[in-house]
Amino acid sequence: MSENKRLNLTLHIWRQKNAADPGRLATYRVQGVSVHMSFLEMLDVLNEQLTAQGEEPVAFDHDCREGICGMCSLTVNGIPHGPQRGTTVCQLHMRHFADGQEITIEPWRAKAFPVVRDLVVDRSAFDRIIQAGGFVSVNTGGSPDGNALPVPKKDAEAAMDAAACIGCGACVAACKNASAMLFVAAKISHLAKLPQGQPERRERALAMVAAMDQEGFGFCSNQYECEAVCPKEISVRTIAVMNRDTLRAGLGGA
Amino acid sequence: MSVKLDAKIPSGPLEKKWEKRRFEMKLVNPANKRKYTVIVVGTGLAGSSAAASLAELGYRVKCFCFQDSPRRAHSIAAQGGINAAKNYQNDGDSVFRLFYDTVKGGDFRAREANVYRLAELSVNIIDQCVAQGVPFAREYGGYLANRSFGGAQVSRTFYARGQTGQQLLLGAYQALSRQIGLGAVQMHPRTEMLDLVVVGGQARGIVTRHLVTGKIECHVSDAVVLATGGYGNVFYLSTNAKGCNVSATYRAYKRGAAFANPCYTQIHPTCIPISGDYQSKLTLMSESLRNDGRVWVSKKKGDTRPPDQISEEERDYYLERKYPSFGNLAPRDISSRAAKEACDDGRGVGPGGRGVYLDFADAIRRLGENVIRERYGNLFDMYERITGENPYKVPMRIYPAVHYTMGGLWVDYDLMSTIPGLFVLGEANFSDHGANRLGASALMQGLADGYFIIPYTIGDYLAGTKLPKADAGHAEFKKVHSEVEERIRRLLSVKGKRSVDSFHRELGHLLWEHCGMTRSEKGLAKALELIPELREAFWKDVSVLGGGDEFNTALEKAGRVADFLEFAELLCTDARLRKESCGGHFREEHQTADGEAERDDASFCHVSAWEYAGEGKAPILNKEPLVFENVHLAQRSYK
Ligand SMILES: Cc1cc2nc3c(=O)[nH]c(=O)nc-3n(C[C@H](O)[C@H](O)[C@H](O)COP(=O)(O)OP(=O)(O)OC[C@H]3O[C@@H](n4cnc5c(N)ncnc54)[C@H](O)[C@@H]3O)c2cc1C
Ligand code: FES
Repeated sequence: MSENKRLNLTLHIWRQKNAADPGRLATYRVQGVSVHMSFLEMLDVLNEQLTAQGEEPVAFDHDCREGICGMCSLTVNGIPHGPQRGTTVCQLHMRHFADGQEITIEPWRAKAFPVVRDLVVDRSAFDRIIQAGGFVSVNTGGSPDGNALPVPKKDAEAAMDAAACIGCGACVAACKNASAMLFVAAKISHLAKLPQGQPERRERALAMVAAMDQEGFGFCSNQYECEAVCPKEISVRTIAVMNRDTLRAGLGGA
Repeated sequence: MSVKLDAKIPSGPLEKKWEKRRFEMKLVNPANKRKYTVIVVGTGLAGSSAAASLAELGYRVKCFCFQDSPRRAHSIAAQGGINAAKNYQNDGDSVFRLFYDTVKGGDFRAREANVYRLAELSVNIIDQCVAQGVPFAREYGGYLANRSFGGAQVSRTFYARGQTGQQLLLGAYQALSRQIGLGAVQMHPRTEMLDLVVVGGQARGIVTRHLVTGKIECHVSDAVVLATGGYGNVFYLSTNAKGCNVSATYRAYKRGAAFANPCYTQIHPTCIPISGDYQSKLTLMSESLRNDGRVWVSKKKGDTRPPDQISEEERDYYLERKYPSFGNLAPRDISSRAAKEACDDGRGVGPGGRGVYLDFADAIRRLGENVIRERYGNLFDMYERITGENPYKVPMRIYPAVHYTMGGLWVDYDLMSTIPGLFVLGEANFSDHGANRLGASALMQGLADGYFIIPYTIGDYLAGTKLPKADAGHAEFKKVHSEVEERIRRLLSVKGKRSVDSFHRELGHLLWEHCGMTRSEKGLAKALELIPELREAFWKDVSVLGGGDEFNTALEKAGRVADFLEFAELLCTDARLRKESCGGHFREEHQTADGEAERDDASFCHVSAWEYAGEGKAPILNKEPLVFENVHLAQRSYK
């Protein structure tokens, strides 16, 4: 482990009491931040400091703190999840920052993700998209043996690549149109790569895309900012799969 | 003694018990199912699978979780895999072997009948998940792949890279989402259960707080299912997600549900060591790594040389040395204690000497870096992100950390607690893992409970029980509602100086010190002296800013920590009374000459089920004797 350097930082953090409050950036200083801390641990230190001063702590979503639950959702200096590629902000460590640095921390910005408080947003639109069709319609019980239907390894791997999505919404936050294409495409591709996903393939794509439009997400203009910030590095190639499926479904062809 | 512990284990041979029980059960007519409302608290593997399956059958389901989406339940973080007795590898596995391994792994402190059923159902789980589109790892021929986990000599663990929990949970979440979309499940995310409502001796609903608006609400039902996960966070530092808590189960305990074996906690041997006092959680490095990694420390005390300068002869591969037949795959409790022993002996590595090496050099030489990357790439990346060190080049440093809790609410064979109508699934119950859980069996248990057990047993309860009409206007609902409000008001009105986290950290430290990897009469007595003091300090000096009718993270945490501060005492009381060593519960006074756990079957072959006796009163101990008819009670040996 490298030596334990300490950083002094200036933070500009979005504070907003509730959905109705217009919100503003507030500036705080934190001192003696260890480079081995995670970004969220640095915010814990700030919150301890605020509590001691009688100021309400900054609200931010987090749970697993190991990059898998998709709860954490901070835009750090304009980049969703911050500067390290393929990394959620809970896994970002302070060794990537410099002493004296100024850091701006904001919530995801998108019409479909209204701010709840401070850095916390409402992402229930994602759940509603899955509810519209992001599943295989199979009830519990009566499934055939797991090995009854072999799945070529490369298909299983490709399905897994897409299924790795953690539903954090960084893709939406990074897109200037606040498009949810990558999120939707990831689920469509995951199920489209597997034999179990075939029977409902077309209906699924149409239903999910319709739900996405209804939630107020924007269109995709092929800038690929989504792929650049995706902590699971989901490929924009999934969007091609989705487009093909919706197009075919729309045409009623095979 | 007022609660009666009737496990309701069906008679007859082990292999026929579940079938017999299912046949005896009363059924609810399909048209009548929609007349029943079932509350499911929790959307992890256990809760999601239960809520989806019950809704598919036609019950009206109300489902709750505290995260912003059901998909984010802590199950999402499980890495390594899920066991099933498929015997696809033709390596000698069978339902009986999985049963036997689990009972033995649990150090003969689990119920035979429950464990056998779990092993039986394990095969259906894999089929169900495959049908949902879970992208399990495959061999080149397209068939399902397996890996090995600790405590087993067969390869029966199914996995999806290092994200098995995520993929299984997404499968269950998608099934649940389908039912939400169909209107069969009413989903309440960001809603925390703060109490259970018992009317006329039956569980009839819950009181919740909406975490965004702060609104306190009553929800009425015909049965309540708790699938709220484990209480590992009582130790503050653990591999659990930050929100994991004991509140739902502890509140149920205070309403009359017996709490079983709270002292059975699992310390996982392979986690990234603590780097500083700001540490907020510990990160697991999956047990699957021990398939290819070798654990070692220097033979010399205080050896500060970098690992590459310590020659092969100077290294102590202590697991391979002490447990030659299981080697690096010795079970968790044993591997954890062995690591502690090495560090206590002054041979630990890294800052503070609390760490041991997990070395992949041999595997990389043998298989190539690519194979290792394919197997564990995401874990290696995670390690590097956290520590800044490259584990392909230098051995990982690992140390044990609190990981799982085998204890939980007592349930009978039908997964019903001592309160009629209150069912408990997944990590929240105590049922299957005895004193130590084997790797890859929690996912199996959560899904067995939710997909394949509760859909049957809840029907039997509903069909055979008279349920008087109840609504939120009932006196009992009103009473619990106002008690919940009063408690929130109390938390907000302390207006002290110390943050909630500072109390939680102190509690965790105290428990780790006195009731962690090893326990002793002296340490436990000390803990039982310190916990009430800390609790008192909390209620005098905690600072919870903001109000109750808004999004208030400090208030959420304060409620959970207040419960941990009470529950910790129950945990230590249980640990103190269990004067034997078994599984994860290691009493220093009870060890064999070579330092292994020494069980005392004559005095402790029972489940300890604690009953709440009222504020300020000592809890009452009830015992359920454990009877072993199919396995021979033996000293666990992995040598
Ligand atoms: C890092 C890690 C890796 C693991 N890896 C493996 C593995 O490879 N294999 C394996 O078998 N096991 C593994 N485990 C263990 C396993 O993941 C858990 O035991 C299991 O997932 C628990 O599932 P559950 O459904 O019981 O609870 P959880 O998944 O913890 O879900 C609890 C649910 O209850 C809700 N909840 C809790 N309290 C309340 C409340 N008061 N009000 C409302 N909702 C509430 C939460 O919102 C959540 O939805 C691992 C555990 C960890 C920590
Ligand atoms: S907190 Fe779970 S992904 Fe960041």
